[in-house]
Amino acid sequence: MSDRSYTLCITICITTLINPKMSRIPSAMSENIIEVKNLEYSYNGFRAVDDVSFFVREGEIFSFLGPNGAGKSTVINILTTLLPLQKGRVRIAGCDRATEPEQVRRSIGIVFQDETLDRDLTVWETLELHGRLYSMPKVERRQRIEEMIELVELEDKRDARTRNLSGGMKRRLEIGRGLMTRPKVLFLDEPTIGLDTQTRRRLWDYIKLVNESGTTIFLTTHYMDEADLVSNWIDILDHGKIIASGVPSELKNALGRDMVYIETSNNAAATETLKSLESVRDVKAASQGLVVTINVDGTHLLPQIMNMLKDRGIEILSVNLKKPTLDDVFVHYTGRDIRNAGAEKLRRIQPRSGH
Amino acid sequence: MSYEFVTIYWRDMLRFVRFRIVLVASLIQPALWMALYGAAMSSNFSRLSSSIPVPKDAISISYLTFMGAGVIALTTLFTSLFGGITLLFDKNWGLMREFLASPMPRSNIIIGIGLSGVTKSFIQVMVIMGFGLIIGVRFFPNYTLVQTAGAILGILLFVGIFSIGFLFLSSAISMSMETPEGLQAVITLLTLPLFFASNALYPIDAFPYPVKILSMFNPLTHLVSGIRYFAIGNDFFAIGTHYAYTTGDVLLSFSALMVFAIVMFAVAWWVVKKAVIT
Repeated sequence: MSDRSYTLCITICITTLINPKMSRIPSAMSENIIEVKNLEYSYNGFRAVDDVSFFVREGEIFSFLGPNGAGKSTVINILTTLLPLQKGRVRIAGCDRATEPEQVRRSIGIVFQDETLDRDLTVWETLELHGRLYSMPKVERRQRIEEMIELVELEDKRDARTRNLSGGMKRRLEIGRGLMTRPKVLFLDEPTIGLDTQTRRRLWDYIKLVNESGTTIFLTTHYMDEADLVSNWIDILDHGKIIASGVPSELKNALGRDMVYIETSNNAAATETLKSLESVRDVKAASQGLVVTINVDGTHLLPQIMNMLKDRGIEILSVNLKKPTLDDVFVHYTGRDIRNAGAEKLRRIQPRSGH
Repeated sequence: MSYEFVTIYWRDMLRFVRFRIVLVASLIQPALWMALYGAAMSSNFSRLSSSIPVPKDAISISYLTFMGAGVIALTTLFTSLFGGITLLFDKNWGLMREFLASPMPRSNIIIGIGLSGVTKSFIQVMVIMGFGLIIGVRFFPNYTLVQTAGAILGILLFVGIFSIGFLFLSSAISMSMETPEGLQAVITLLTLPLFFASNALYPIDAFPYPVKILSMFNPLTHLVSGIRYFAIGNDFFAIGTHYAYTTGDVLLSFSALMVFAIVMFAVAWWVVKKAVIT
């Protein structure tokens, strides 16, 4: 019987892939390319950014994660000199944002959240315009245009007006444009918003490629899974404050819990037994079985749990071990789901309907 | 000193060449003015003023020739006032962010737009003058070739300064506006008083005093005076009025336009400097 229960019933699936390489680049090897201290920003009395401090190491992919309206774009706009610096200190690539804004602009590339293309210029002209705006010498400019067109695979669209490009192509063009001047940092504000899954995946491939060639990436997104997959470091922003930061895997492990979904022949008895365990944080009834939140590494606790239940004569029908995702991290720190956080904010400001 | 305004100029001219329909449309209106309004009023005015004796040494000119200068000036006014609308569209379509986030000093945006607008005005003025000469506007009476060339350069100088002044104003308005409708409303509001309180289509001598004062501060009046001085001469007679321009008058008009352009540059620079687009 015991053999049967093992062979028949155990299906452990880990939903989140953990990349062992994913860690912050050691400080001895790299400098802080962005340093932000006590940044504050208010729009007509509303504090959109509240005492935010962080740093970005050279060569990493740094993500700013948070729901819509958390203040991500405001921070990016201050860093890229589009919004004035009201309070706080910002250094980018060794330049002071307050005193050398033009130097800062020269050392960064930006892909804005919304489209910033002249719809009536061609792909080539768009890049030519950019190179000229950044005073690139003609020979270098023309050479870089060709390189960028090749990088973002728009060779056959060179003379197409940007209005005729697909959403993904426009994004790629904007990324190529942002990279034309070989910036030290590339800012990407919600780069994949509104794109289909396939286009998104390709876009991330480009971004990783760019990062591997040495460009530091500063990213904002509200897609948890994407941030999780590409980032070396994540700062979670909510209501203008950084509420958590860390390497993605650490962030998730810091919750100190795994989630086990378990189906048994006697759920009530199983609940009793599991609740008596010190490492079990909570047991909740789910549709068919139980969701057990545990405080320790589930890969080690799970065999123990299963043996214990077996000893009590409770048959296990199925088991599923799930690693917490960044969504769970966000819920943990804010008590809200990131996908609903923006909507919830909207709902709050809408007037109550009359009776 | 930075030269990125050349880039802004290049991009704006690229669009201009790409959308030739804009140029064609902007030429039809002044042509209609001259062909319809000019022809109709010309016969009326000649009948009304035929009894007034022409002063000695003054050349009597037709109303069509008189208003030809006005139509050139009005066309330049309209085109220049709307010239900055590109900036509003760039703001709404997002390209402005690309400009503002670049290391280029912001003054280059308005200088580039100003210069491309002036180029467009020059093209218009040359075409309108050509059309006018065909339908009977008598510009450059008894001028030698060199005198004609000099007169054309003089006209272009006045048109250029006037045009760039209004392009700066237009840029300033465009940068402060949210919608094209708002821009349209403000510009329409500006156009009519500028148009009527000027000497473009009739002499200002008979204006009521307040309107006369107003017209003297109107850049359009100074532009029209400049064009007439160069195109018709310093001593002529039209619609019952004797016009005699001295060198001093012309220099005054020139200075007035210069002051206007400089002030407008300052206003536009201030607006574009503190513009925040996110």
